Parts: sequence; structure tokens; C-alpha cells
Amino acid sequence: MTDIPQTGPADHSYALPPSYLGAGSTLKSWLLTTDHKRIGLLYLATITFFFFVGGVAATLMRMELITPAGDLVSADTYNRLFTLHGVIMVWFFLVPAIPATLGNFIMPLSIGARDVAFPRLNLLSWYLTAAGGALALVSLLMGGVDTGWTFYTPYSTLYSNSWVTLAAAGVFVAGFGTIATGLNFIVTVHTQRTQGMTWMRLPLFVWSIYATAIMMVLATPVLAIALLMVVAERLFNLGLFNPDQGGDPIIFQHIFWFYSHPAVYIMILPGMGVVTEVLTCFGRRRVFGYEAMVFAILGIAIFSFFVWGHHMFVSGQSTYASLIFSLLSFVVAVPSAIKVFNWSATLYGGHITFEASMLYALGFIGLFTLGGLTGLYLASIPIDVHVTDTYFIVAHFHYIMVGGMVSAFFAGLHYWWPKITGRTYSEGFARLAALLMFVGFNFTFFPQFILGYLGMPRRYWSYPPEFQILNIVSSFGALILAAAYLLPMIYLGLSLWRGRPAGNNPWKATGLEWATTSPPPRDNFDVRPVVNREPYSYHDDGSLPSNRDEHEENVNSQDSEGRGM
Amino acid sequence: MTQSHWLASASTQAESFDRLFLGLSIFSGLIILLVAALLIGFSIRFRSGSKATRHNVPGLHRREIEIGWIAATAFAALFIFWWATSLNLQFQEPPDGSIEIHVTAKQWMWKASHENGARELGTLHVPVGQPVKLYLESQDVIHSFFVPAFRLKQDVVPGRTIIAWFKATEPGTYELLCAEYCGTGHSRMRGEVVVMTPDDFARWLGDQSEGSTLVAAGRDLFTSVGCSGCHAPASAVHAPDLNGLYGREVPLADGRTITADAAYLRDSILLPRRDVVAGYEPIMPDFAKLLDEDEVEALVAYIRSLGDNDQ
Amino acid sequence: MSSLNEPFDTITRQRSAAEFGIWIFLASEVLFFGGLFTGYSVYRFSYPTGFAAAGAETDLLIGTANTALLLTSSATMAVAVWSGRAGFRRQVLWGLSLTALLGAGFMVLKAIEYYNDFTESLIPGSPDFPVPDAGAQVFFSFYWVMTALHAVHLTIGVGAVMTTAIRVWLDRFDWRSTGLLHVLGLYWHLIDVIWIVLFPLLYLLGR
Repeated sequence: MTDIPQTGPADHSYALPPSYLGAGSTLKSWLLTTDHKRIGLLYLATITFFFFVGGVAATLMRMELITPAGDLVSADTYNRLFTLHGVIMVWFFLVPAIPATLGNFIMPLSIGARDVAFPRLNLLSWYLTAAGGALALVSLLMGGVDTGWTFYTPYSTLYSNSWVTLAAAGVFVAGFGTIATGLNFIVTVHTQRTQGMTWMRLPLFVWSIYATAIMMVLATPVLAIALLMVVAERLFNLGLFNPDQGGDPIIFQHIFWFYSHPAVYIMILPGMGVVTEVLTCFGRRRVFGYEAMVFAILGIAIFSFFVWGHHMFVSGQSTYASLIFSLLSFVVAVPSAIKVFNWSATLYGGHITFEASMLYALGFIGLFTLGGLTGLYLASIPIDVHVTDTYFIVAHFHYIMVGGMVSAFFAGLHYWWPKITGRTYSEGFARLAALLMFVGFNFTFFPQFILGYLGMPRRYWSYPPEFQILNIVSSFGALILAAAYLLPMIYLGLSLWRGRPAGNNPWKATGLEWATTSPPPRDNFDVRPVVNREPYSYHDDGSLPSNRDEHEENVNSQDSEGRGM
Repeated sequence: MTQSHWLASASTQAESFDRLFLGLSIFSGLIILLVAALLIGFSIRFRSGSKATRHNVPGLHRREIEIGWIAATAFAALFIFWWATSLNLQFQEPPDGSIEIHVTAKQWMWKASHENGARELGTLHVPVGQPVKLYLESQDVIHSFFVPAFRLKQDVVPGRTIIAWFKATEPGTYELLCAEYCGTGHSRMRGEVVVMTPDDFARWLGDQSEGSTLVAAGRDLFTSVGCSGCHAPASAVHAPDLNGLYGREVPLADGRTITADAAYLRDSILLPRRDVVAGYEPIMPDFAKLLDEDEVEALVAYIRSLGDNDQ
Repeated sequence: MSSLNEPFDTITRQRSAAEFGIWIFLASEVLFFGGLFTGYSVYRFSYPTGFAAAGAETDLLIGTANTALLLTSSATMAVAVWSGRAGFRRQVLWGLSLTALLGAGFMVLKAIEYYNDFTESLIPGSPDFPVPDAGAQVFFSFYWVMTALHAVHLTIGVGAVMTTAIRVWLDRFDWRSTGLLHVLGLYWHLIDVIWIVLFPLLYLLGR
């Protein structure tokens, strides 16, 4: 990247302006902070840690699967590895990844707020997440859990001799952190928007965080109750899901998926928001069809609550239930398609540059499209019957979660890194990592679609020999992917240490977060900004809008628009 | 295993499944190409500094484009739904004249018993060209009966009898896999489905049926565990007569009506107080702890033999 | 005694944000219990007779008394909330104390009931479980989980009410203008509403 304007001091010193980072450097100043920016960084450290814990488990699994025989680890160890991978990655990486890190840091800045509505509750959320993660880690150190992240009954309640209760307790506790975050964000978006920031002027990233927050608040308690019932059954032998006592194991699946399907959208929607910000900025274009994008986000959020039964087409549920869930699953494809086409159309007529975060965002669109299209396969009952519980499913959700969500997370991290830290990073290495991730990802997961179609079931420690070639390709891809994920640790670490000051608005972007210094001061804005134009008002010639200074002039106007609930 | 590496297609379901799968794959491929063409095309044409002319799409036009692809996507989604669902409904009900096989799953093996009492472990022999109806039961956790070559998968849930069916079209040996995670030995819970010509199958079945058949085993149990004490027609205890019961509609004490199928009989033996027949006291003891899964199966087979309204 | 917290500019806005926040929390709570209610409904449909027979085993007298206690406590809570708005300190203190007292009374009765249930072996999986009908044990599984979860909420509620009463007594915060009393009141009413749903499901069934 050569055209980043170096707006730092002319003598190329590495000093940054006074900021939230300077408001104390003791451990206490971090652990007792109520600053949304610092809490965002606490989350960033936490999820990075868990990402590597889950990643190590994934690497070991891929190594085991190089040969058909189970020869690297024992079957029990393998079962504990994939459970660990699932539990850690879903609840301690994917769910908090974008909302609790980038959402926490950027969302209040994007709406011109001083902080989230309940700063102390925000800190509590982090402690709950960290405590839940600690419990899950303890369960790992004590010997692990072997139920799979889905905790299906009656295996989890009656047959598993592992630390199910402890791990479920960890997820339960972290769940309250998620609910608190969701509540906080909803109230923040309602009450903390700055003057002139009307609902239809919100950046789509904020809209996506808002929709995610609603799902967090409404879906997570259902997971909590499902896990509570599993724990109660394990501890007190209640028999809620035990067929010998009149219980029905399928009820657990209904309750679990009522949470876990919306949870998929909790993970992907914020990614969609990030990608919209990045595409418009580096395409120098207003987003195509802003209103349709908003309604697509809300539509996905609402419909996601009514499709859980498509996880259960082979569970023995009634044909008519399956039909309805199938239809609703097809319906939810429509808003997702709207988003893909609108992103493509946004690029039309732009002045596109290809910085690292743009590469991640373009990769996101491609991988999300493939992930979404394979979702149509799974919504079709006859195909689902064949490929569910096989590697096809594994590939499908990794395309959405890793290809989609993780790409979007990296797009956002690179996009906002100069704002968060005030420093630039090596564009060359960042682009290399983006390409490696894209290539490694496809090598890892595309063969798994074929494996699933050929009938290799998931969660298999050893497998019939005819599946070996594709498994080797997949494991090889996983190696590339692992290396690609280690790269950002290096160049972003270097950036923290010796990165040049980035300047307030290195990308010449329009969001309010770019209207303050990098890194932002403790109270975010020295003068609270006022918004008087539509989001993404990139000029057609690609230059930065010239009316940035008008913000200051309008500060005193008594326009109360956008301040209502 | 002698089959080729590529996925065999060996049931009637498999053939129509493959058409749908191919259709969807072509559709998805086209969409991927379209999106890739848009992204790459725009990226090249409108790269920063390119000479391409840039003009805004007029508002009305934007709206038309937006509505256009919403409508196109919705139509495509509904079309695929219709195609997939009509296929699903077509294969919903097992056809008449199916042969019936009881399959029991337990950690970590598959057991099957045929109509004449022949039993097998880890293998399932079936004739080609004849519909086969499976009664799936589990003794412990949830398993899933998966034969990739038949494109057939059905979870096997403890406490329920679930019916699945298929009609094999090609003789051969096919993999049977457990697809629902069930514990340590999950990946080793594999077996084979051997599809034979009807003649071979009949011969094989004849060779197997030495000794007591399922029905005979059930008849012995009916007396030995004490069912006959109440349910024999001459018994002094007021209990329902089981002759001709199978397949009949039975009125229950709470006003509902239920069909006396295999699942109902099984429930009545294991959870006798759940669905009490109208006009009788809930006095039947619970046999859940006295009988194992095979014995329940034998009893159900015997009661069925007492009169089957299906035929 | 600062009552205006970051990041709010005005106390009115802070108050409405707090009230909005508690409503969202209540929505979350409803879905939390909703999972249990759904499970209960499905099983009741599967085992109508078993649920009726088991429902007849619960202690109607204590259940009714507890319903009366909680309903009364909601009234005293409402008194405290509205007195807070009007600035009547004595009434706020009386209202909160009575509410905490009634809540504690509920828990004492509930403890007695639990003890009785225990001695009558109304425990799922117990060999001496008195109701033979299929599904009766499932009913009692729900009974224990639902009432225990409700009791946990009530315990938190009583603790919060007592803490607030002490803080009002010591004038530790601006109870007149912040939304705290209102927020506490809404939480208390939710506990009450959940009990009103639990009462017919667990005590009136099968009688």
C-alpha cells in the first residue's frame, strides 16, 4: 500500500496523540475500565486466545484425518477434540468476535456517542464471557467433554462420562454475558445517537450490530434453559429427555436449535455489516440500495427464528413440520441474496482500490455466496437427508462461519486497526495473509463438500479408505490456513510496536468514527459531531466529501432529529 | 468392499436425488459465475484510475434492478422448494407389499431381524427390486441409519419406532454407516447392506431361518413373562383381547384414538399407563426393566401375527 | 450523590434508557422461561392423564397462599415505585420493606412445601414415587425445575429490594429522579407474572 497519506508528524516519530490508551497503563486501569474501547480490546485479547485454542484442536483433528485408520490420537481424544473445537469456536470466538470487539469499539463511535448506554454492564459482560471461557477451559484440563458442541441428549445426559456439566455451565455463564451485551447495544443505538443520526442514516454496520443484539437477547436465554435442563438431568436424574422415564430426546433438539439457528446469524450478520463498510470505502461508492439492505438485515434476523427445524429433517419429525421449515429456509435465502447482489452493484461505477481489508471483504462475498448456495441444498429435504451429518454440513457451515465470518472479522480488523491503535501495518503482508487465507480455506473446505456428497459422516475418527485422498487435500489446506492465521499476529504485533502513526482518516472514509483522532480520546469526540447527510456519501469522483468541516458549524443547531427512542 | 470409489446409485430414491442434486449444482454454478463475473468485472473496469466512464444509475432504475433480483431470487427459491418437496412427498409413504425388517441400533452395532426370525449383526441382506420397510429402534442413544448408495438417512431415536424405507435397484454390497454421533465407537459403527437378487435372497433367508423364528420366540415369551395371565381370552383379569388388534383403531381412555401399530404395541409394553384403552383399568405393570429390546420386538411380532388388519 | 452517569447528558434520558433496558431484559427472561413452558406443553399433550394425576399431588393450600403473598407484594411494590416518583420517602421505605417481607414469606412457605414434597418422595426417579401413571415423573421434573428457577429469581429480587431499601434509607442515591425504583418494580412484577403462569400449570391441573 503506497497511497496511505502519512498525516503523522513530519519527523516520522512514532508518538501518538493523547488518547484512551494513555488513560492509565496499570493492569487495574484495564480490568476495571468502563471505556467501551478498552473493553473492546479486552474482548479482542480474549477471543484471540480462544481462537488459537480452538485452532490447535482443529489442526490436531486434521492431522488425525490424514490416514483412514485412527492412529494419531485415540477415539476418545478425537471426540474431545472436536467438541472442544466446536464449543470454544462457537461460543468463545464466533459469537463475541465481531459484536463484542469491533462492535464494542466502533459502534459507539459510528453513532457519535461518548460510550455505550451502560458502561459498567459492558464490563460485566466481559467478565461473564471470560469466566465462562475459564470454566470451559477447566473442563478441558480436567479431561474434556465428548458430546459434540450440540450436547445432544440422551448421550449428553445419560451416557457421556465427561465433564459435560462444567462445560455447559461455562456456556451458560458466557450466555449471560452475551445477553447483557445485546441489551446494552440495543439501548445504546436507541438512546446514544448523536444529533442528526436518524435511523435511516445509520451505517449498515450499526444496523447489523443492532439486529444481532436483538437476536442475542431473544435467542440466548433459550440456549441457557436447554443447557440448564441438561445439567439438571445429569445432576438430579430428572429424566426430562430420558425415554425410560417418559422423556423425549427430540425436545432438546428443538429447544437447542431454536437458539442455535439464530446464533448462526448472530455470527454472520455483523460480518455483513463490516463488509458493507469496507466495500463502500474502497469502492468509493454509496452502498447500492441502502433501504433494501436494512430490510434484508431485519428480515434475516426475524426469519432466523423460524427455520430451526431444518436441522432436524432426519430426526423423525413430522413430514409437514419438515415442509414448513423447508419453505421458510428457502424464504430466508432471499434477503441473503439481496445482500450479495447489492454488494456487487455497489462496486459499479466506483474507484476501486485493493487494500488488504478490501481483499478480505471481496473474499467474504465469494465464500459467503458459496456457503449460502449450499444452504439451498440443505433446505431441500431429499438432499438434506443424504448430506446432513456428513462433511457436506461441515463444509457448508465453515464456508459461512470461517469463509464468511472470519474473513469479515479480518476485513474489519484491518479496516479499523489504524483507528483502534493509531498505527499502520504492513499492507504487503496483510494482502499476502488475505490471499493465503482464501486459498488455504478453499483447499481445506471445498474437498469436504465432495466428501459429504460421497457419504463421509462427520465426527468420524477413522473412516473408510476411499475417502483418504480428499482428506489429505483438506489437511494440506488446513496447514496453509494455519500459517495464514499466524501471519497477522506477526505484522499486527509489529505494527503495535513500530507502526507509523496512521492519521485520523487514512482511508478517507465517511463514518463518524473517522471524524475523531486516531486513536480516539477517552470521551471519543472533543466536540460531539452532528450528522447532516446520508451515510456513505462518497463523491462520485471518489474524493472525500468536502463537507466534513460543516460538522463543527452545526454543533449548536438545535435539531432534535434522531434523538428519539 | 468391491464398489468403486465414486458414489454408487443403488435405490429408486438415489436416481431422483441425483437429478435434483445435479440441477441444484448447475444453478449454484451459474450463480457463482454470475457473482464472480460481477465482482471481478467491476473490480477491473472500475479500478481506481481506470478510464471507464462512471455515471450514476438513476433512482427509478435502481429500484427496478432491486425489485428484479428480489423477484428472481424468490422465484428461484420457490421453484427449488417445489421440486425438492414434491420429490420428498413422492417417497414419503412406503408402498404396499414391502418386506419388513426390524433394525436395532446400540452402541456400537446394527442388529437386524427378518420377518421369519432370521437375525444378523452388522449386515443387512435385502432383495433387489422390492421395497423394504425398516422399523428402526435404538437401545441407548440416538444413532442414524445411513446408506449413502441409497441416499437414505434416518435418525434412530431411543423410545420411538421410526419407519424408513427404500427400494434397491442394483445388487451389490453397500456401506451402512452411523451418521449421528453416538460416543467412542461412533466411527466404527459401520456395516454392510447386501443387495441380492430375489432368488438369492430367498435362498439366503431359508438358510437362516433355522431354530425359533421371531414370532415363535414371541409366543414363548408371551407365556413365560406372564402376558397370557391377563391377555389370554380365557383370563379372569379384565384386559384387552389382542386377537386381530394389529392395525386397528383403538379408542383410548382419554378420548383419543390411536392406531395399534408396532410403535403403539411397543409403548404399551414399556409404558403401559401412557395410552390406556377405553374401558380398562390402568393395571398393567411396566415391562421396561424386564424385557430387552430383542424381546420386545419378538412380542410385537407375535401380537402382529395374531391378526393383522394391514393384510 | 451523583445520579447522572456517563454517557448521559440528562437525567430524563438516563431514566428512559434504564427503563427501556429492563424491558429488554424482561423479554429475555420470558424466553428463558419460555423454553420450559414449551417443554411442559409438549409433554402435557403426550401424557394428559399422567400430568393430571401428578398435578393433584402438589400442595394446593401452600400454592394458593403463596400466590396471595406474591400478588400482595406486587401491590406494595407498586406503592413504593409511585411514592418514589412523588418523593414520599417514608412510603417508599414501607413499600420496599413489606415487599421484601412478603417475598421472604413466600420463600419460607416454599421451603416447607419442598420439605413435604421430599418426604412424600415426589422426586423423579425415586423408587417410592407415589404416582404410577406414565408422565407423572416428567411433570415433577418440570415442577422442580420451574419452581426452583422461580425461587432463584425471587431470591435475587428480595436481595435487590432489601439493598435498595437500605440505600434509600441512607439516601445513598437519588431515588426520586433515577429510574432505579421503576426498574426494580418491573423486575418484581415479572417474577410475579411468571408465578401466575406457574400456579395454574402446576397446582390447578388435575383438580
